[in-house]
Amino acid sequence: MQNNSESKEYKSHVKGLNFYYGAFHALKNINMGLHDKKITALIGPSGCGKSTFLRCFNRMHDLYPGNRYEGEIVLHPDDVNILSSKVDPIEVRMRISMVFQKPNPFPKSIYENVAYGLRVRGIKQRAMLDEKVENALRNSALWEEVKDRLNDLAFNLSGGQQQRLCIARALATDPEILLFDEPTSALDPIATASIEELIADLKDKVTILIVTHNMQQAARVSDFTAYMYLGELIEFDETDTIFIKPKHKQTEDYITGRFG
Amino acid sequence: MSDELDKKTNYAGRLGYSYRRNLHERFIEAILFLSAFLSVIIMLSIVVMLVKESVVFFQYVSLWEFLTDTQWTPLFDDAHYGILPLVAGTVVSSAVALMVALPLGTIIAIYLSEFAPFAVREVAKPFLELLGGIPTVVYGYFALLFVTPLLQMIFPELPGFSLLSAGLVMGIMIIPYVSSMTEDAMRAVPMHLREGSYAMGATRFQTAVRVVMPAAFSGIAAAYILGISRAVGETMVVAIAAGMQPNLTWNPMEPAATITAYIVQVSLGDLPHGSIGYQTIFAAGLTLLLMTLVFNIIGHLLRKRYREIY
Repeated sequence: MQNNSESKEYKSHVKGLNFYYGAFHALKNINMGLHDKKITALIGPSGCGKSTFLRCFNRMHDLYPGNRYEGEIVLHPDDVNILSSKVDPIEVRMRISMVFQKPNPFPKSIYENVAYGLRVRGIKQRAMLDEKVENALRNSALWEEVKDRLNDLAFNLSGGQQQRLCIARALATDPEILLFDEPTSALDPIATASIEELIADLKDKVTILIVTHNMQQAARVSDFTAYMYLGELIEFDETDTIFIKPKHKQTEDYITGRFG
Repeated sequence: MSDELDKKTNYAGRLGYSYRRNLHERFIEAILFLSAFLSVIIMLSIVVMLVKESVVFFQYVSLWEFLTDTQWTPLFDDAHYGILPLVAGTVVSSAVALMVALPLGTIIAIYLSEFAPFAVREVAKPFLELLGGIPTVVYGYFALLFVTPLLQMIFPELPGFSLLSAGLVMGIMIIPYVSSMTEDAMRAVPMHLREGSYAMGATRFQTAVRVVMPAAFSGIAAAYILGISRAVGETMVVAIAAGMQPNLTWNPMEPAATITAYIVQVSLGDLPHGSIGYQTIFAAGLTLLLMTLVFNIIGHLLRKRYREIY
């Protein structure tokens, strides 16, 4: 059991997490705390396991055979290990939403895209759906642009709008943690800036974990940063510390661009 | 040798025009064009043949009579030339077949694409495709000698030949076409769409029905249209199991002839070429062609309307 102050400050604790793709040992003994209502960035060179780590939080790996978790990700305030085989991954995903690298709106209208998670949860009352959809679109700064064409197909939106739509979709179900997997890597600089601004605005409402390839992005938006290399968590600290005075030489080399 | 190699790899200082290469390309293009054009030519010659022979028929029988008369008895002394009984037989037997093939084919596709473990899919798919490789004449006798007696246990008044029995078996026959194409369309939906759905807390079934199927709509529509065309054009099963009497009925429990069954009957018979009885098969064939053409156009429009966009 966590004591009260700790579980108030932290949304989740990762304890001795190992992950295997078949025989490949992708994550090695990761331990860290995810601060409540803060933005935590995961950085590191390609293939270091940061996306793999992120996808443990919503049990995405359960979709493919041969994957195996060891260790715990404890979700507060329940203090339950969400990786436990007794926990249904669907229940985990009901509380922890995700935004992907490539905008992936469904072949539905803008409205139905945002309402998807609610419909999946069995909500049918039109008034409630309307309200939640509008709120989510407002929170993802898309409402003004789409309010007159909610029934248009989502594919007609621009790439940046599509990604904001995906954020609205993830927000509509009031998640406790929002996972971002390189959410701006497929977008142009202007769309990237608007998504970053949005992420920064969201941290009052939700705990955020974001994977990014872009060091400046991590520095701009996050409160905490974790540097990973070859499946190991090398360093985890406040973002300012990581970027100004990292403890490990390796972290410094990566951040200053000498390697990676 | 090294000179030749040098000539092939070093293009510095050379900006000319190779007649040999361009001729070669033209030649290949011509062969590809002819292969593609062959199917167009065959299609056109079939249409020309059908229209030409039908013109002979329509000089004798008015189009109005053809479309409105309720009897089709061109081989009797009291000859009537109304296509409606044959169209009705075709529509009813196809409707029965599609009521079997479309739901079952879709369910099988959903299972194989979204639920089945790899090993199950690897075994089930070849078996299913084998079902499509069985000669249709075997299906015909399966309908007549197995399914009809089985149905007669449930409906004792069912005659020995019926559209119901033929349609059911035809439906089973079409399942592999529908399921295989539907599954291919669903499997072509990229994984990141499914992941998006799962990440929202959706179950497999919700993901399959609410995200994967709409995304694969155009492919699924194509599968359905193929199934419909197969049903409308199927000959052997209905010729064997549905009886060959033209009969204007919408009741699947009755025997009736379809357009295809009638064409087989006449072309295997001993009617002299050029007689009006013989010419009827071209008019019937043209009707069939127009029916399948309409389905294909609908399919084409659906596909254009709901183009696959991921």
